[in-house]
Amino acid sequence: MITISEILEQIRNSSAEEVVSSCLERIGSSKLNTFITIANESAIEVARKNEGHTGPLAGVPIAIKDNISTKGIQTTCASRILGGYIPPYDAHVIERLKEAGAVIVGKVNMDEFAMGTSTETSHYGPALNPWNTITVPGGSSGGSAATVAAGEVPLALGSDTGGSVRCPASFCGVVGLKPTYGVISRYGLISYANSLEQIGPIASNVADMTLLFNVIAGHDPRDSTSVPGEKEYTKALVDDVKGLTIGVPKEYFGEGIDQAVEKSVWDGVHRLEDLGASWQEVEMPHTKYALAAYYVIAMSEASSNLARFDGMRYGLRLEKDHDWHTTYSEIRAQGFGEEVKRRILLGTYALSAGYMDKYYLKALKVRTLIKQDFERALKSTDVLIAPTMPTPAFKLGEKISDPLTLYMADVNTVPVNLSGVPSISLPCGFSNGLPIGLQIMGKHFDEETIIRTAYTFEQNTDFHTKAPEVV
Amino acid sequence: MREESLKLRPYLDETGVMIGLEIHVQLNKLNTKIFCGCPLDYHDDGPNTHTCPVCLGLPGSLPVINRKAVEYSIKVGLALSCSIEEHTQFYRKNYYYPDLPKGFQITQYDYPIASSGYINIEGEDGEVRIRINRAHMEEDPGRLVHEGGSIERSKYTLIDYNRSGVALLEIVTEPDIRSPKEARRFLDKLRNILEYLDVVDTTLEGSMRVDANISLAGGSRSEVKNISSHKGAERALLFEIVRQKNLLRRGGKVVQETRHFDEARGVTVSLRTKEEAHDYRYFPEADLVSLRVADWAPGVAKTLPELPDARRQRFVSRYGVTDDHAKSLTSEKKVADFYEQVAAEVDPKLAAVWIADVLKGELNYRDLGIDAFASANMVQLVKLLAGDKITEQSGVEVIRTILDEGGTPDEVVAAKGLLKAGGDLVTAAVEEVISENPGAVEDYQNGKQEAVNFLMGQVMKKTKGRADAKEVRKMIIQRV
Repeated sequence: MITISEILEQIRNSSAEEVVSSCLERIGSSKLNTFITIANESAIEVARKNEGHTGPLAGVPIAIKDNISTKGIQTTCASRILGGYIPPYDAHVIERLKEAGAVIVGKVNMDEFAMGTSTETSHYGPALNPWNTITVPGGSSGGSAATVAAGEVPLALGSDTGGSVRCPASFCGVVGLKPTYGVISRYGLISYANSLEQIGPIASNVADMTLLFNVIAGHDPRDSTSVPGEKEYTKALVDDVKGLTIGVPKEYFGEGIDQAVEKSVWDGVHRLEDLGASWQEVEMPHTKYALAAYYVIAMSEASSNLARFDGMRYGLRLEKDHDWHTTYSEIRAQGFGEEVKRRILLGTYALSAGYMDKYYLKALKVRTLIKQDFERALKSTDVLIAPTMPTPAFKLGEKISDPLTLYMADVNTVPVNLSGVPSISLPCGFSNGLPIGLQIMGKHFDEETIIRTAYTFEQNTDFHTKAPEVV
Repeated sequence: MREESLKLRPYLDETGVMIGLEIHVQLNKLNTKIFCGCPLDYHDDGPNTHTCPVCLGLPGSLPVINRKAVEYSIKVGLALSCSIEEHTQFYRKNYYYPDLPKGFQITQYDYPIASSGYINIEGEDGEVRIRINRAHMEEDPGRLVHEGGSIERSKYTLIDYNRSGVALLEIVTEPDIRSPKEARRFLDKLRNILEYLDVVDTTLEGSMRVDANISLAGGSRSEVKNISSHKGAERALLFEIVRQKNLLRRGGKVVQETRHFDEARGVTVSLRTKEEAHDYRYFPEADLVSLRVADWAPGVAKTLPELPDARRQRFVSRYGVTDDHAKSLTSEKKVADFYEQVAAEVDPKLAAVWIADVLKGELNYRDLGIDAFASANMVQLVKLLAGDKITEQSGVEVIRTILDEGGTPDEVVAAKGLLKAGGDLVTAAVEEVISENPGAVEDYQNGKQEAVNFLMGQVMKKTKGRADAKEVRKMIIQRV
């Protein structure tokens, strides 16, 4: 894996152009199917232009999840229906990255429309986990985490609707943050479930992740849910957890949890205890309803968010036109993959007259209860620690044909999105050569405390120094 | 603070006609669209020139509420005596149509911005109150252009998204309207109020679009869409009453359905029945936060102008004009402004008569607006009349001449020699007429009152209308 400081060092010794072009070479020869689109020409051009740029990410290559709008660079959401769509505008986070001098080297693989936990629903085939290429990198931001873990790029952006940054960070042994809802502008993020999702930074270590987060966070008047104010998050990079109170929710160590995962996470809690923190068990009794509520809400929103993909203005267009109704149906039938169709159909059903009370409105009530669980648990504690995923990465093809089992893997990540709180996943151990992720959840808008906890843990452990051998 | 309702509705007459209207008002006096910064001055520009990622619904774009649109909506709500909600919330209405780039329309559902208001109109039997159920904000879709005219005949359809995202306020009435004529009066009154509020330019095409729900006693209701004028609303409703009556008379049943008004043919055509009705799957739009509009209302209330009903009452109390004249003068904001300009300089009562009874009729006949006649000309004309310089008949001629040929009252009077004829000339004419028409004189003396009218007419003819009719009548009666 590579860090920002290594990249900056290389730039000082040669040039941004050389650093970016060797990065493009690594990506080009990657066997992990991490990228959907490589921005060879524009990346070199920007690197050349950014020579002498004084921004915090001047000349630093970054990979962008393919559901974030990039002006002039194809943006597909890993779906056939958006093949060839070149956005005429940049997402807010892309504008911020450009101002900071970062160089976008391409768009990375993901589950189609961010719907998945393994990157296997991508129209472009699955990305592979660099730790063991017969396992999945996690999802939906699988390409983002895999490319960082493989040392192809130092930084990547993902998006997290129900764990889509934290799950692949956990499976690939990198650091990923799901910020508080509203901290990063969603302008330009192609919606899957708009009340749940946030763009999130991914890096090989906490300091780099925080620096990237610092660049992309902040108010944007184009997103009505974006909160005002700017913060200097890098100030939270302090190696100190003395006096910190950790809550450990027992519900997150439930049925189906891998023993190695359980042990590594508890080891992590104890390591922090050694460093001056204290811990207590907390109860979050509604956790068991989170998964059902999450899928009802996410699918309902998705059924509406994905209605715009009709082939009339951009994306897939079929050879022969019929009346608009038939054309819409054919384009959507051929443009969307199976999982996307499943979620659109289920979401449409959940919002239908006669069923809305039973599903959607009930799910909203559960959402309120989950939020209250977090408020209660975080009243007597500063952060909550739990496994990010109940298991290490599973094998390709192992769960994809059984959607329900696959959905169950999100059990520890979705409550965070339902409640809107921030959460970091970072490596805390290995099992059979596969990384294990530790999840640190915090109070609304208190990214500082989870960053400080993660940074302290990292400074006093060596999991982040391990890297996969990339073939 | 609702007044007691004027007349208890729903009362029903024997046909049991119940009409409710939904009016889509384009808030086209705003500078920009409802959820993005695209300017609204697209009417003279080519298609798809006033668009951006937001109103094109491009992937990843997000709406941001136009605060001015909220203020305008509150303004309308207050003017319609509605209550303004504590919080207002936007919803998604999900349906597919090529003019709808997101596959859903952002609109309101629960928590509309305004609810429970009313408008008083002149009903078939005096003033009646038409209740407003609610007014809610939404975005206009794009516009479909069927190449080759109608939907049926065109080979392909083009889409212009310039209109996409223009702020609409949908005003929904209760089914309190009892006749097509009342519907038209309601629409005229509503337009007048909107003009007073200065939130919509009603001269622009599509600025007020009407859907009408209508049912007859015992029958289901039909909803007529695509009505683009107030006259069209009246015609569509008249057609529907006849259609539904005929159906019922033949023992048929009116089914609940949506019908399309074909303006050219003046008929309504079935679009879809209840069974085919959409399930719009309304749910809250999470991209827009709920707005605490109750806090805005008091500020907006301060900006409310004097409204037509209040102005009408003021005209009666301040200028001493009759209620009918006041009604006529305030039914259009521009006319009321015109009247007040004139009334400031001449006798307000005389001005009211000449504007409400004469000028408006002449303008109507020529399909002209009040802009076609300068207020300075009316001042001059009323001065001539008040000073007894010209007869009423000449006054009418002056107005007609100015409208048809131009000029000022003084110029017209001079050119046509309309100054009132003096005493000798009239006396001479009376003498002549009496000696030339002994038969008529005899008739009068035998008690035939109408004979005077004939003799008067002859005198007026001789004086070319410049004699004062009352004066002439008096002279004839004295003389014979």
